Amino acid sequence: MNTEKVYIIGNGVAGVNTAINLRRLSNVPICMVSDEADFFFSRTAIMYIFMGQMRLEDTQPYENNFWVKNKIELKNAKVSKVDPEKKVIFFSDGGFDSYSKLVIATGSIPMQLPIENSSLKGISNLYHLQDLEKLSETYSNIKEAVIIGGGLIGIELAEMLVSKGIKVTFLIRESYFWSNIISSREGELIETQIQKHGIKIHFETEAKQFISNEKAEVISVETSKNEMIFAQYVGITIGVKPNINFDISSLELNKGILVNENLETNLPDIYAAGDCAELRQVANGRRAIEAVWYTAKAMGESLGKTLSGNKTTYLQGNWFNSAKFFDLEYQTYGIVPAICSDSQDEFYFEKDDKMIRFVFDKISKEFIGVNTWGIRLRQDFFERILDTKKDIIFTIDKIEMAFFDPEFYPKYGKEIKETFKKLML
Amino acid sequence: MILKINKILWFFLSLCILGCVGYFLELLTASFSLALVLVSIFFAIVFQAFSKFYSSSASAANENIWFQSISNKGFLGKVLAVALTGFYVIIYWYPHLLGYKKDGNTGFVAMFDSFSFALNGHVASQWFVYGTLYTLCILGFGVRFLLKYKHNRYQQVRTLSLMFFQLFFAFLIPEILTKLNPELDYFSKDIKNMWPLNYYLFEDWHLKALLNGHTLGYFFLIWGLLLIFIVSPVLTYFYGKRWYCSWVCGCGGLAETAGDSFRHLSDKSTKAWKIERYIIHGVLLFVILTTISVVYSFLLDNQLLLSPALFLIICIGLVVAFGVYVWFFSKEKLANDAKKSIAIVSLILLVCLLFSLFTGNRSVFFIDGNALKSWYGFYIGAAFSGVIGVGFYPIFGSRVWCRFGCPMAAILGFQQKIFSRFRITTNGSQCISCGNCSTSCEMGIDVRAYAQKGEDIVRSSCVGCGICSEVCPRGVLKLENGKIGIDF
Repeated sequence: MNTEKVYIIGNGVAGVNTAINLRRLSNVPICMVSDEADFFFSRTAIMYIFMGQMRLEDTQPYENNFWVKNKIELKNAKVSKVDPEKKVIFFSDGGFDSYSKLVIATGSIPMQLPIENSSLKGISNLYHLQDLEKLSETYSNIKEAVIIGGGLIGIELAEMLVSKGIKVTFLIRESYFWSNIISSREGELIETQIQKHGIKIHFETEAKQFISNEKAEVISVETSKNEMIFAQYVGITIGVKPNINFDISSLELNKGILVNENLETNLPDIYAAGDCAELRQVANGRRAIEAVWYTAKAMGESLGKTLSGNKTTYLQGNWFNSAKFFDLEYQTYGIVPAICSDSQDEFYFEKDDKMIRFVFDKISKEFIGVNTWGIRLRQDFFERILDTKKDIIFTIDKIEMAFFDPEFYPKYGKEIKETFKKLML
Repeated sequence: MILKINKILWFFLSLCILGCVGYFLELLTASFSLALVLVSIFFAIVFQAFSKFYSSSASAANENIWFQSISNKGFLGKVLAVALTGFYVIIYWYPHLLGYKKDGNTGFVAMFDSFSFALNGHVASQWFVYGTLYTLCILGFGVRFLLKYKHNRYQQVRTLSLMFFQLFFAFLIPEILTKLNPELDYFSKDIKNMWPLNYYLFEDWHLKALLNGHTLGYFFLIWGLLLIFIVSPVLTYFYGKRWYCSWVCGCGGLAETAGDSFRHLSDKSTKAWKIERYIIHGVLLFVILTTISVVYSFLLDNQLLLSPALFLIICIGLVVAFGVYVWFFSKEKLANDAKKSIAIVSLILLVCLLFSLFTGNRSVFFIDGNALKSWYGFYIGAAFSGVIGVGFYPIFGSRVWCRFGCPMAAILGFQQKIFSRFRITTNGSQCISCGNCSTSCEMGIDVRAYAQKGEDIVRSSCVGCGICSEVCPRGVLKLENGKIGIDF
């Protein structure tokens, strides 16, 4: 068959943005395949479904008829195999079709603990819709829960469980929260938030084994410090890894699917985007796999153009990210290290549970990045600062332009300048 | 703790019932039972709010709204909708059921007589009863809103403003002005009540009352005109229509406070948006036709400074100025169907106005002004704004009237779209498409559709309540008036 058809495996943010951007430029038939959900939804929002703040349909960014209107075919199926030579995609129900171009946007899967018994009832991840459904069915029987791993999903899971009145204990391998990303001083802010919501944290503690009852349900966790913590639910949130669990012969893999700067794999007409893609070449300070919403979206945008015939390089751009820890909003612009290197210096502004951490070059004073906690800052401002390589003195001098908090909120410009002046003297 | 507060809640509800029973069995005086009823309702609302939100964290403010029967269009929601609708039907069309009688009130309305007399020097009307309960709701649920969004200063300031305008400008001051000027016929003394929300401002009986109302009457007439042509466009230019809709207006006040638990029920589909645009602008056209007809026949019947012909010429001037402005200054801001509709409607208006100007035809739009007036009063003034607008809070969300029906909102929205500096800005590419903003938009705007593209939100329906910005977990949205000054 010679008919053109672009197949996209996965209907998450990378796949969807590929499809939408391709459709804008081309009329080629597009088919998106997923066995998780019929329609694209915002994965980051599933916690709000559990908490009754939204329904699944509210987390879907496009109306259901959007896909018909834009002639993007949706297929609920699991891909079992791809034959890259004959360009055929096989589904687990026995069906198959030929593709002209194939995009792999299968996202991530949660990492598992190397502990026996990890498959006991009540031990779960929180990643897929199916995890959410399972938790929604069982939460009423849970009084105590243990969450292993202190990342973003762990915090979200904690917030969900606490909203149902469940007692939560965190087991964190490191000595403070999110220690590979932020400084210990910033970690304390998160810790305060967590404790304010009645959650216990055990730092430098891992799970040693899970104890079950006769029904193979988890009842408690034994920690590396030989403590027993009762739990009818254990959430494992120790991170995610690329979902590359499929059969495509001779596709080059490392941790993820290896792609070049055009998101092309080693096989002709097969591309990868989003969490599952691993860049062969990485911009300075960036990682080869960046499993965040924004990266997946940006990859989808550039890949959509490439597929339309207009080969477009995926540019990593300035790093930015955001998150929310209970009531504490976090935004970051530029590459802020957890601990400053010898050539870097930092400056903290702290006030009423709020914090901004600026990192800059010790000698040239060039602005490197900022983490902000509880104070909303404008992305455009820092993009401009980073693009034009401004120094920290300039940045602080213009900081009033950066505030993005609602009207009538306190403005910290003056205080930031004063604090900075004192420090620099 | 929760149980204890619930006991307190029951205590206040019992007090309220006690007040009613005592009054009807003639054991308590009317004023004492009224005080008991009003105070206990107020504290019941406030204590309920305290138990829920006093120590709640910001991110938990909207937990469970889709799980609770009252706020997810469930059984309780439907019961509430029927009750509210019934209440409005009685107030508008069967006030005697509440005890309202021209020759001396009885029953529920009579309970308000002495309070009414103290404020305005007359016995209570059903509208006084309604106004009292309305104000009570805004104050009680206003406290609830203040507690719920205690960490957000924009919400605090805005809600205090709504409560202030309702209590003083809509309720107390007009009543007291009435008492101080007992010889005057009734006219609206609420200085924030603007045409066309106040659709009867230019009706003959109201104009007569204003013109016979000495200084006070003239003040309200001139102020009314200033509001329409100067004050509101200027404020809307600087701050968007929110200065009125979510800071001042009484309908907005009730929607924001008592209606807050239903804001997520507004329909976000593009289909609903389409229907909204047709209906709200249809209502606006209806009120304009009605007003022109009524004023024209008033001027024909009364010798005034303004001659009927001059009035028609002014109207023609306004229509032409409007058409020219839209055509030359805001072509690119409007959709094609909007431009087409504006052109057609303006032309028809012009033809009618010119025809009357040259023939002396009494009914400008070939329908009797009085008929138009009574249709508007019935279908829009009562049925739409009251029965559907508030009665259907638990079904269509809290801003049904503001979104689909309010001609005031249509005018301010048009100004917002065409020349205001107000818009909601998106913080770069930080949107994660979670949908909290769209879900909580009471006007049914799909905020996320703009935010995820990194676009500013400039929609005529946006009332600037700021809840989208409040619920955004990534700090992506901000209500802004001025230029963003990144100048390096």
